[in-house]
Formats: sequence, C-alpha cells, structure tokens
Amino acid sequence: MADSTPRALPSPETAREWLETMTLIRRFEERAGESYARAKIGGFLHLSIGEEATIVGSARALRDTDYLISTYRSHGHALVRGTPPERVMAELFGRVDGICRGRGGSMHMFDLARRFMGGYGIVGGNLPIAAGIALSSDYGGRDEVTLCQFGDGASNQGTFGESLNLAALWRLPVVFMVTNNQFGMGTALGRHSAVTDLQRKGESLGVPGVRCDGMDVLDTHAVVAEAVERVREERRPLLIEAVTYRFRGHSMADPEQYRTKEEVEAWRRRDPIPAFGERLVAEGVLEPGEVEAIDAAAIARVDAAVEFADASPFPQPDALFEDAYVLGDSAHGWYSVETTEERAAGAPGGRDAVESANDEIPQQLTTALAAGEEGGEPGGGEIGGELPERGAGQRAAGG
Amino acid sequence: MAEMRYREALGAALREELRRDERVMLMGEDIGVFGGAFKVTDGLLEEFGERRVRDTPISENTIVGMGVGAAMTGLRPVVELMTINFSLLAFDQIVNHASKIHYMFGGQARVPLVVRMPQGAGHQLGPTHSHCLEAIYLHVPGLLVAAPSTAADAKGMLKTAIRDENPVIFIEHESLYGTRGEVPDDEDHLVQFGLARIAREGSDVTIVGISRMAVTAERAAATLAADHGVEAEVIDPRTLRPLDLDTILASVRKTNRCVIVEEGWPHGGVGANLAALIGEQAFDHLDAPVQRVTGADVPMPYSKPLEDIAYPHEPQVVAAALATLGAGQ
Repeated sequence: MADSTPRALPSPETAREWLETMTLIRRFEERAGESYARAKIGGFLHLSIGEEATIVGSARALRDTDYLISTYRSHGHALVRGTPPERVMAELFGRVDGICRGRGGSMHMFDLARRFMGGYGIVGGNLPIAAGIALSSDYGGRDEVTLCQFGDGASNQGTFGESLNLAALWRLPVVFMVTNNQFGMGTALGRHSAVTDLQRKGESLGVPGVRCDGMDVLDTHAVVAEAVERVREERRPLLIEAVTYRFRGHSMADPEQYRTKEEVEAWRRRDPIPAFGERLVAEGVLEPGEVEAIDAAAIARVDAAVEFADASPFPQPDALFEDAYVLGDSAHGWYSVETTEERAAGAPGGRDAVESANDEIPQQLTTALAAGEEGGEPGGGEIGGELPERGAGQRAAGG
Repeated sequence: MAEMRYREALGAALREELRRDERVMLMGEDIGVFGGAFKVTDGLLEEFGERRVRDTPISENTIVGMGVGAAMTGLRPVVELMTINFSLLAFDQIVNHASKIHYMFGGQARVPLVVRMPQGAGHQLGPTHSHCLEAIYLHVPGLLVAAPSTAADAKGMLKTAIRDENPVIFIEHESLYGTRGEVPDDEDHLVQFGLARIAREGSDVTIVGISRMAVTAERAAATLAADHGVEAEVIDPRTLRPLDLDTILASVRKTNRCVIVEEGWPHGGVGANLAALIGEQAFDHLDAPVQRVTGADVPMPYSKPLEDIAYPHEPQVVAAALATLGAGQ
C-alpha cells in the first residue's frame, strides 16, 4: 500500500497515456451502461468503474509479449491491451464485428493477437488457464510472464489453492493479482473470507504476497512492475492484492442493498482518474485544460465505437454452427446432429427475423478497421458433404 | 503387426507422439515415477524426462485447466485423469472452458487438448469409482469423444486425438487394459475419427456396442450365431463425436433391427440418443423397436452379486437381439 510518500511520476508521455486510457475505459463503460439501459446490450454487464487504476497500472507493467488474463469484468482489460473500442462495443452489441464475432459478449472478451487471453465467466476459472499459459512460456524457454487478474471472491475457489500450489511447485512465471473490490457480488470481504488480508492468502501455498493501492495508478504500476520483473527473473509466482472499489453495482441488475451510500461516497472521493489528472496538472505535466481535452477525446472515441457497433450487422443464422469445431480433413461423420436450417426455422419470426433486424442497420457494414483484422483459421466453418435425410448436421470436411 | 495389450498400445501411441512432436507433453497424477495407476505411461518419464512427463498434485480441475491454457498457447498437452470418476472435479474446465473457447472467442484460439481417462465397473469399487460417463461428455458440443475397445484402436485413435485441433475426451476402460490384440507397427497408422468399425458382419440384427460393450456385443453375436442361427452385425462407433451415423443407419436399413449396448445409465444415455436418431432417420426400415441394454439405473453397488447384475453381460444382449426378431418374448 502506498505510504505517505507519493510515488514518482513516469515520463510525461507515459503519464498522459495512462490518464487517457483510464479515461477511455471510464467513458466506454459509462456508455456501455447507457446502451444496456437502451437494450442495445443483453445479458449481464459488469462494469469496472472505479477500478481503472488496477487495470491500467498493472497492464502497463507488461511487455507486449506478456499475457494478460482476466474475468467476466473484462472490457477494460481488452481496451488497455489495445483492442479497438469499436470491436469491444460491437461485441457488447452482439454484432459480427465484435472481437469475438458476437459469440462471447460482455463476459468473454478475447484478443489473441494482443495477448489478452480472455474474460472468463466462471469465478476462479481463469487461474488454471493462466498457470497453463505460464507453463507454455516456461516449456518453450521464453521469458514471458502471465498476469492473472481475479476478484476477492475467486480467492475462495478451489482453483485458487490448486493453481497457486502448482505454479509454485513448478516455478511458473505467473503473477496472480487479486483485485479486491471489497465484495464477492454482494457479500462483503469479511463475510466471505476468513482471512481478509488477501495478500497473505498464498503464503501456505508457497506464494509470497504484496499489496498495492488499487485506487492509485502509480502505486499499482510500481508494485506490479516490480512483481512482474521478479517473476520473470526468479521463475516463481507472486500474489498481489490490489485494494480497490467498484463504484457501480456488481452488474446492471444490482440494487446495492449490501452497502451504504456513505461508504460508496467515501470511496468515490478517492476516484483514481480525477486524482491522477489533478496531480499531473499540479506537477505541470498537463496544462489545466488538457484534462478536459483528454476527456473530450475519450468521449469522441466512444461515440465512434457506438456508431460502429450500431452499424455492424447481427450474425446471420448460417454463423450458428461456425467455430463449434476446428474441422479437419482427417475426420468423418457428424459433429452435430442438427442443421442451421432447422434452427433458423425455429427462431422467433424465423430466418427472416434476423435479416429484417439487419435491415434497420445502416448498410455501411465493413469498415477498414474490421476488414484489416479479419482473421480466423483456415478451413473453419466449412461444412462439407451432402446432408442426409433429416436431423444430421455439421459434418466433418472429410466425411 | 505386433500383438500387445491395450495399455501397451496406448503407451506406444504416447511414446511415438512424444518422439514425433516436441509440443506434446503429458500431465497427470502418478504418471511419472509411479508409472501410471494403470501403467499406461510406464517408462515415459525415463525416456522423456520431467519437462515432458509431469507428475501433478491431486488437483484435477487445475490440471485440466492448465492443459487448456497450454493448448491455447501452442502446446499439445495430454492430461491423464486417473479415472473418469475424478473428471467430475474437472467438469468446469472441460465443459465451461475446453469445449467453449474456440467458439466463444470467435475462432481466435484453439484447444488441442487430450484428456485421457478410464471408466468402468466390475471391480467392486462401489458408487463413486465405477462410472461410465460417455453420455455426459457426448452431450457437450465442442468436445470430441473417443472410446476405443481394441488395442489397435486404442493406439490409432490416441494418435489421432493428439494430432486433432479440438479438445478430445479420450475414454479408456479399466477392464480392457489387459486385453490383447494385433496392432499395426506403422507410426503413422491413425484411426480417423468418425469412422465406425464393423466388428462383425451380419444381416439379421445390428448390435451397436459402446466402449467395452463392443467386446460384449461381439461375444453375444458369436452366441447368437452358434446357438440361434442369427447373424448379427456388430458396430463399434469408436467415436461418439463425431458420430458415424451413416454406417449405423446403413446397417439398420439392411438388418431392420437394432440393439444398442452401453454400460452407462439408461436415462439420457448414448443408446437413448442413438435410438432417437435411428427413429428419426430410419423409422420406415425398422421391423421392431430399437432395444437398449444398459447399466442399471442406480448408483453402482459394492456387493459382488449386486454389481454383477448392475451392468450388461452377454446373455442380456443375446436376449435383446432375439427380442427384436420376435423370439423370447
């Protein structure tokens, strides 16, 4: 935790970029919340508003070749790694230009090219995967580090103990970072964890811990950067507890009856974004008007993201079975026992419903942004062979 | 060809793939120093070392999850779970992650992971150690499910599983590990997925046997021929996903009768699923209702006389086949 002496600022360019990125994440998520209220976004929407310093401070301690993996509160983690806001917003809108083609939604962002290894909807589900990624780095003799973020609630899952033990046992280069926002959904830390000093929770598993002030991007960065470099050098895991607070509910459907307005207000006074902006102005890194300009630029960027997402079409029914499997030429038979046609016929309003929904979208679909990033794998989504009488579906390419 | 045991065939597949591809590595409980609870991995630690053959703590969910993460980033991990019973501790990583990642992340990542494990009753291990869960894994899109019943298939299918780009649930059988069979020596002999094996040709009734029950079905077919003059066609689907439905349907259209034999439970079982598919696609060809022979719809009891009647044996398969022919009713 930050002591009375404030952390030194990084270079002006770096400091400005951190403020810009925290502001972008904040404005992006505010718009996401509004879009959810307008029913542009379905399902769950977990916002990290208030926790931006934990995201930017930690991710900026990584090299581009390092891996970041997070939870169902993952919009900011995609943005901090450089995923275009347009692609993240389109994913929230369930559109084809979403970073996961509209398959994952809010809880399951992913950007392999930028080594953002995903948002995971299951609490504690990402810790073993993080250890496995670190195993890959270690196996290949590469000095990459994996930064695994999860919440205080996940520290009670079996995977926490299992993964920390295995990572320590095998000396894997992984930094486990518990973002302690004080609540596992609506259950306060002291009501869900017998040990509330979470940095110590790895001690019995051979994983030393350290704490940072998650409301301070500088302290978060300093602590995570030191941990990442130690892990890179010493080849053993560390645990970081970032103490923070989410200003919004657990998700959009949270009446917040488990905490007082006064408590929320007290934490809001420590909002990491204005605090950092004010310091940059006070120390002459930014001119007084520049903070507002950074904010205006973030809002404009988010406006563009919403416009892009709104313009992107919904997936066609034919996309339903794509990527369920990597179809190889050495396999035969039937992967699935249904066809797209049967499914589409069963949709409310039938196949036409999806097509008419897209009629309402301005037909300026494919932007240079999306076109430039078109990826996928060779052969994916191909359905070969002729269909049998009825009921049999996706067939192996070689079948 | 060489004669070897099912467990040796599996070991040979692992050894060959470890030699062939540096990305292949093994993880599991007691697979190294101990040599494997069923000795499948015996000798591999000595040949390949601790980097590639890793003894793990008893942490099934994390072992499989690490396999997922390693597979996403370029390795081809083969995880051994000591038995399928313990895979239930890893169900989250198998169902929520291994099977979903390629799809839910829009095709960006692949999970070429193999989870190997034996199943089966018959050793008086009681309710928690006798499961046959192929139906549970078959239920999950995104997974491939393989269940070899011969030594040759064990080797050829495990090699295919390791080379496949999808997560494969590779179900072995405790009672088959000691069985012997002719196995091709060719290191590139692969048994492709989605191709059923016709274990015995016949024209009177089709018997589909899953996992060890393919062996039971073959014995039943011999008895049907010798004692009843009935020529049964025995099909081992070998993989349940992808499923070689075409071969099964072609056989049913020929014989007009079908018996499905599995060791797992009847409700929501492989046979229930297969009977529905046959009913949907070959109804007009059936001369009798599809018969199922399954494990009893109870937890597996410990006591030997109860255990014996709680999973299928040859006489029940014979009786079911005769029932489709209108006899013995």
